[in-house]
Amino acid sequence: MPTLFQHIQAGKVWDFHGGIHPPSRKERTNQKPVALLDIPDRLYIPLRQHIGVAGKVLVKVGDRVLKGQALTQADNAMAVPVHAPTSGIVQAIELHTSAHPSSLAEPALVLAPDGMDEWRPRKPLDPEQVDAYTLLERIQESGISGMGGAGFPTHIKVNVKQPVDYLIINAVECEPYITADDLLMQERASDIIAGIEILVKLLSPKAVLIGIEDDKPIAAASLKAAIGQRTNYFVREVPTKYPSGGEKQLIQLLTNKEVPAGRRPLDIGIVMQNVGTAFAIAQAVLDDIPLIHRVVTVAGETLAQQQNVLALIGTPISDLLNACGFQPEPQQRIIVGGPMMGFAIADWSVPVVKTTNCILAPTENELGAASEEMDCIRCGACADACPASLLPQQLLWYSKAKDQDKLAEYNLSDCIECGACAYVCPSEIPLVHYYRVAKAEIRETQREALKAEQAKARFDARTERLEREKQERLERNQQLAAQRVAQQQASGLASQTAAAVQQALERTQQQTAPALDKEQIIAERERKKAEALAYQQQKQQTQTAEPASVQTSEQTEDPRKAAIAAALARAKAKKQAEAQSEVAAESAPAETAASDADAKKAAVAAAIARAKAKKLAEAQSEEAAEPAPAETAASDADAKKAAVAAAIARAKAKKLAEQPQAETAPASEVAEPVAVPTESTPEQDAKKVAIAAAIARAKAKKQQNSEPL
Amino acid sequence: MSFKIASSPHQHSQKSTAQLMKLVALAALPGIAVQAYFFGYGVLIQLVLASVTALCCEAAVLAIRSKKIKVKLLDHSALVTALLLAVAIPSYAPWWLVVIGTAFAIIVVKQLYGGLGHNLFNPAMAAYVLLLVSFPLPMTSWLPAAPVQHVTVGPLDAVCAIFTDFSCSGYSVSQLRQDADGISMATPLDTLKTDLSQGYTTAESLKKPVFGWLSGEGWFWVNLAYLLGGLFLLQQKVIQWRIPVAVLGSLFGCSLLAWLISPDTNASPIFQLFSGATMLAAFFIATDPVSASTTEKGRLIFGALIGVLVFLIRSYGGYPDAFAFAVMLANMTVPLIDYYTQPRTYGHKHKGAR
Repeated sequence: MPTLFQHIQAGKVWDFHGGIHPPSRKERTNQKPVALLDIPDRLYIPLRQHIGVAGKVLVKVGDRVLKGQALTQADNAMAVPVHAPTSGIVQAIELHTSAHPSSLAEPALVLAPDGMDEWRPRKPLDPEQVDAYTLLERIQESGISGMGGAGFPTHIKVNVKQPVDYLIINAVECEPYITADDLLMQERASDIIAGIEILVKLLSPKAVLIGIEDDKPIAAASLKAAIGQRTNYFVREVPTKYPSGGEKQLIQLLTNKEVPAGRRPLDIGIVMQNVGTAFAIAQAVLDDIPLIHRVVTVAGETLAQQQNVLALIGTPISDLLNACGFQPEPQQRIIVGGPMMGFAIADWSVPVVKTTNCILAPTENELGAASEEMDCIRCGACADACPASLLPQQLLWYSKAKDQDKLAEYNLSDCIECGACAYVCPSEIPLVHYYRVAKAEIRETQREALKAEQAKARFDARTERLEREKQERLERNQQLAAQRVAQQQASGLASQTAAAVQQALERTQQQTAPALDKEQIIAERERKKAEALAYQQQKQQTQTAEPASVQTSEQTEDPRKAAIAAALARAKAKKQAEAQSEVAAESAPAETAASDADAKKAAVAAAIARAKAKKLAEAQSEEAAEPAPAETAASDADAKKAAVAAAIARAKAKKLAEQPQAETAPASEVAEPVAVPTESTPEQDAKKVAIAAAIARAKAKKQQNSEPL
Repeated sequence: MSFKIASSPHQHSQKSTAQLMKLVALAALPGIAVQAYFFGYGVLIQLVLASVTALCCEAAVLAIRSKKIKVKLLDHSALVTALLLAVAIPSYAPWWLVVIGTAFAIIVVKQLYGGLGHNLFNPAMAAYVLLLVSFPLPMTSWLPAAPVQHVTVGPLDAVCAIFTDFSCSGYSVSQLRQDADGISMATPLDTLKTDLSQGYTTAESLKKPVFGWLSGEGWFWVNLAYLLGGLFLLQQKVIQWRIPVAVLGSLFGCSLLAWLISPDTNASPIFQLFSGATMLAAFFIATDPVSASTTEKGRLIFGALIGVLVFLIRSYGGYPDAFAFAVMLANMTVPLIDYYTQPRTYGHKHKGAR
C-alpha cells in the first residue's frame, strides 16, 4: 500500500465535505497588472495590525521618518512592529477607526508623506550565510504577520521545535472577486519561491505543497516555472470550490489529514503560510523591505476601474475607491475582504492594513442585499454545504433557543464562519450571524462562570476561615471550662453537678469537633486528670508549707528576717483560716484538744513567749525593727538615742506582750497569772522567742476563730 | 460618508424557498398532464379546488397568527401541498373531499404545528390518511384508465361528476367505473391484491384489462412522467438523491426478493416501481424537506424505511397502496434518525467514540 507521501508525490488531491460554487467574478481583475497609486495625502497606520500586541512607539509627533523606518519596536514575542510606508512627518498618534468588523477606534499613527519617498539604509541578508535566528529576527523586525486573513505573527508560526512534514503554501484564494494573490503569483513568482526557500530553511519540511485553485492557470504555470528543478516542491491544483482556502480544508485537500478539534496544524506536522506572506518574507530578507505595502483587489460594479493595486499600508480605503472611479449608489455597501467572509464598514476612512486583501464596492444588483429571513424548512442544504460537517439547521435551532449545552454537543465551536450555509439557505437565514451571536454569548457565559467560580472560592475561603476561628474559640473555651471543672473537683466541690457539666462539655466537644477521635478524647481526659492531680498536690503543699516555713525561718540567724517570716506566716495562717475554714477546722479541734488537755502547758508557753518577746524587744526591738533597723544600728553610738529607742521598744514590747495576754485569755484563763513569773525565764535565742510568740499568737487566733464553728 | 452595514456573507445563491417550491410544481406538470390524459380532467379541477382552499386557509390562519400574509403566501409551500393532495386523490372524487383534506392539511397539520418548517408530518399525506380512513369509498373510487373505460368521460363530465356526483350524461361515478359487464374496476394494485387473496396467481391476475405493459394500464406512464419530473428536480438540485434512491432501492430490493422466492404470489419489482404513487411519492412526497430527515445517512435510512413499509403494506397490509402510511410512519422516526445519524464533525472522532 502506498504511503501518504507517495500519494502526494503521485499528485493525488483529496476532497472535503460540502463547499459551494458562488460566481467567482475574478475575470474582472485577474488579467490586469497590479496598478501603482499616487502616494496618498495622509496615511493612518494602526499600531497593531495582527493578532497579538502593539509594539512600543519609537517616534514622536513632528518627527520626520524615512521609508521603511520602524515606527514601533517589538518588545515581546507577540508584538510585530509597523513601518513608515513612505518618508514624511509624523502628524499625530491618535485613535482611528480600525479595519475590524467592530470598527472600534484603535491607536494609529498619522503620517503626512513628504512625497520624497526617501528610503532608510537597507541591509539585505543572504539566507545562505545567516543562521535561523537572524532570519527569524529579520522576519519579526520587518513586521510580517500572516497575510491570508488572521494576521498571526509569522516569526512565531515558523519558529518550531517539532518536526514539520509538510509546508503548505496557501495560494488557493477561494473567495469570489479576490485576485490579489493571483496577480502576485503571476508577476512575482520567483520572489515567492525565494520566500518559500527561506521558510524551508527554517522549517526543514519533507515537502512543500503549494495549493492553488484550478481557475488560476497562469499563476500555477508561473510558480511551476519559478520552481524549476527544485525537488519536493509540488504545485497542486485543487478544484475551484469555496472554501478550499480555509486552513483546515486545504490540509484535507492536500494531505487527507484532519486537524484534530482544538489543536493546531503543527500538531500533525503541518505549517501553512500564505503566498503573500512568503513574498513578504523574501522582500524582508533579500531586499530589506519591511511589510509596508500589499496588493489589494479593488472590485465591484460601482467602480469604473476594477483592478488590483499596490497599496501602502495605512492608505484610507476612500483613496483606493476614488482612485478606481467610485460612483456610490444609495444604500451603498463597502466590504473589506471578500463577499463571503469580509466585513462591511460604515466609515471609509478605515485604512488598508497588512491583512486587507480586497475592497468591494458592489451594486445592489450585483450582490443582492439580504432579503427577509423566512422560517427554516429543514431542507438540509446548509448541512450539505458545511465544510466542517456540522448540522447548521440544528445549530440555528439551538442558537435561537440559547441552548448552550446542545450547541456544544453539535460542535458550534468548530464552525469556521465561512458562510457557505448562509449562502445556500433558501430561507435566507443569516446563519453565521446567529452563530457569532451564540459564540459571543457562550464566551460571556464562560466569563461569568469563571467569575462566579472565583467568587465562590473567595466565599468558601472566608467561610472556612470564620469556621476555623469559631472552632478555635470553642476549643479555648472548652479548655478553660475543663480547667474550671478540674479546679472545682480539686477543691472538693466535685459533685454530681460538676460531673454533669463535665459530661455536657464532653458531649459538646464531640458534637462540635467530630473530627476529634476517641484516642484524642481519652488523652485529653488523662491530661485533665493529671492537671487536677497536680493542682491538688500543689494545694496540699501550700497547706503544709506553713509549718515548714516556720521551721526554716527558725534556723535563720537574722532576727529581722525571722520577724518578717513570722509576720508572713501569721498573715498566711490568717488568710488560710478565713479562706479554708475546713482545713482550719480540721487542725483547730486538734489544737483545741491539745490546749484543753494541757492548758497549763499552753499558758506556760505563752508566758515564755511573752517573756522572750520582752527581752528581745529590749535588746533589739522586734516590731520597730522593720522600719528602723538600719537607723537603730547607725545610732548605736548615740547612747541617749539608744536609750530612748530602747525605752520605746520596751514599751512596745510590753504592749505586745499584753495583747497576746488578752487574746489568749478566753482560751486559757490560767495563762495570765502564770505568765508573769515566766517573764524572768532566761532568754536563749531572741529569734526563737519571736517565732514561738508568733506561733502562739497564730494558734491562739486560730483557736479563737475556730470557736464559733 | 456612511455606508450600509450587513453581516457576512454578503452574497447569496438565488435559490429561495419560493423558487424551490415553484420548481417542484413545475416538475410535477408532466405527471399531472399524463394523469389528466389517462384518468380524466378531474385532476385539474381537483387541483384548482385544492389550491384555492389551501391559499384561503393559509391566509386565514396567518391573519389569526398576525403574520405577514403576502410574504408567506408567496413561498408557494401551500400550493405544493395542495398539488400533492390533488393528484393523490381520485380524479372524480366529490369536491368536498379535496376541500376537507386541504383545509386539514394546511390548518391542522401545518399551521397548528407552527407553520412552514415546523410540521412533524407531511401535510398532504396526513390529509390523505385522514380522508382515506374517514371516506374510504370515494377515496378508492379511481376510474380505470381511459383506454379501458367503458363510458367515455369528457372534460365537462368531470365538472359535473365532481360537483354533483353524476356526469353530465347522467352516469354516477360508480357507474363510470364499471366495465362492459357492469362490474366495478378497481385500480391495478387493488385488483392484484384482491385476486391474490382469492387464490389467483400473479400471472392470471395480470391478464385482466386494468393491467397494461409492465404495470397497470396508464399507471406506468403516469409513474414514468413523475420519474422524469423527479430527475429534473435532482438535476436542479432542488432535492438530493438519497431519499428517492433509498425509497426506490428498498422497494425494489424487497419486491425482488419476494418475487424471486414466490413469483406467483408477488408482483414483479418493476410492477411495484411503476404502480400507484411510487414515483410521485419517491420524488415529490418523501423528499419534503420539512418532515424528512436532514442528515445524509438519515435520509438513506428514512427513504429505505418508506420503501420497506410500502412493500409490507402493499403485500401484507389492508390497503392496496401504502405511501401515505409509510411516509407518516417514517416522519415519526425522523427526530430519532436525525439524532443518531449526526455527521462526524471535521477534526472530531466518530460520535460512537465519545
